Amino acid sequence: MKGRTAIAGLGITEMGKVYGRTVTDFAAEAIALALDDAGLEKSDLDGLLINANHSPEMAPMLQMSLGLEDLALISAMSAYGSSAGTMLQYAAQAITTGQASAVACVYADAPLSEGGSASYAYSGRGIGSDTGFASLRFAYGDYGPANTSYALACRRHMHLYGTTHDQLGTIAVGQREWAQMNPKAQMHGKPMTLADYHDSRWVVEPLHLFDCCLVSNGAVAVIVTSAERARELTQPPVYLLGFGQAAPGDNQRAEREPAVHTGAKRSGELALRMAGVALEDIDVLELYDCYTYTVLVTLEDYGFCAKGEGGAFVEDGKLGPGGSLPTNTGGGQLSSFYMWGFTPLSEGVIQARGQGGERQVPKHDLVLVSGNGGTLNWHSTTILGGGTG
Amino acid sequence: MKMPLVTETPAKPVPIPDEESRPFFDGARQGVLLLRRCRACDVFMSPTGGIGTPLRPRCVSCFSADLEWAPAGGKGTLYSFALMHQLYDPAFADELPYNIAVVQLDEGVRMTTNVVACANEDLWIGMPLVVTFERLSEEIAIPRFRPRCR
Repeated sequence: MKGRTAIAGLGITEMGKVYGRTVTDFAAEAIALALDDAGLEKSDLDGLLINANHSPEMAPMLQMSLGLEDLALISAMSAYGSSAGTMLQYAAQAITTGQASAVACVYADAPLSEGGSASYAYSGRGIGSDTGFASLRFAYGDYGPANTSYALACRRHMHLYGTTHDQLGTIAVGQREWAQMNPKAQMHGKPMTLADYHDSRWVVEPLHLFDCCLVSNGAVAVIVTSAERARELTQPPVYLLGFGQAAPGDNQRAEREPAVHTGAKRSGELALRMAGVALEDIDVLELYDCYTYTVLVTLEDYGFCAKGEGGAFVEDGKLGPGGSLPTNTGGGQLSSFYMWGFTPLSEGVIQARGQGGERQVPKHDLVLVSGNGGTLNWHSTTILGGGTG
Repeated sequence: MKMPLVTETPAKPVPIPDEESRPFFDGARQGVLLLRRCRACDVFMSPTGGIGTPLRPRCVSCFSADLEWAPAGGKGTLYSFALMHQLYDPAFADELPYNIAVVQLDEGVRMTTNVVACANEDLWIGMPLVVTFERLSEEIAIPRFRPRCR
């Protein structure tokens, strides 16, 4: 299956505080942009994969709103932040086996409303019911479950390995530098120093505000088709070379330490093996970065450095512009926009094509894209082939 | 003349037991921390798989459906902690920043809770803790943890 399918189209809408539009409207625009980008028509699509999220609109009924007809592949898929990789894998398998020929994969969301609070949108109300065990955590003041659980994971890593805020801050600053070269980034035109990082308020200590990703309204879509067909279309094909998923399991059992040892290890090994490449061959990294800590622990688990040495590894700024390991080159979720796994994926496509403009990494034959869902619970890895493939 | 009521501290959320969680809250009211235990292999486990999920139907280890409520000793150590600075609920306004703690119980189960009777700056990972029950209403008490001697 390696290299037999490719991403032929990419659509990214306006991002951030864009109000007054439905999730469906954002999704439709992203798909329209991706079709235009590929040089395809709506009628060419025979597959639709929807990244299920908080929005009830991200469900199979989206097909009807979009007016897509005679589909051979339809699903709303969810492994949270790892879904982008799992969707691409399913699309590629369907195309390789002849079940579908052109599949749109889409993420859309509109959690922000004018005058509303971004934190409320992700406060965790509505996860489960407000009775029974689900109501217990509110008595503990455990709101915003993602912030809290990543803070707990980060604190654990700091305790075990001495990871510092200077080191986490280096990740945030590097990505903000990348964002200054990305006109689509919400933090474009808003540079940040390490001192700014330290000065940013605590959200849930040890997480500063600038350790945490943005919240965005918008949508991203990609069109997956056969490699053969992609070569006849408008854009340089971005080949799908390798996939891997890993879901290690329970957070609440003492014999495991999933906050510190994540599925990135296994999913990375699977994807690299399928692509037939080594970690050292990767030119560009687009890592899921809901928090700075996620980047650090993912680098360790992929094996770029030993477990516990992530802090020292990133400290020299090697992830930022001009560094030896260009990572999250559009600014990532921390500084560009938060479209779950479609943030790293979209920038991966741009880099693999060589269309990054000012921020383009010179060598872009192999791009590794990671996905991460829950609190480091579900992981996906996708290897994209650009250049000559 | 009646004084107008100018301030009102909103009440903190009090858990509402449902059918499957009632034994846990009944235990807490009587000062007992209940976990789930497998009758087939004796493994202890948290009641649910995580936030927003129902009672575990089967043993996490041997997959037996023969589970029971069983008392935990109530002792453990601090696995990790975070300090909540963001205000989500006005009822917590006076307590910011307050801790959210994960306690690793001696039974090999981790649970999210708060540490009480300990200043934030005195929290340290690995510190020995013991359960204590805080009564929130006539019906409801919740397990929290306080420092203990080794």
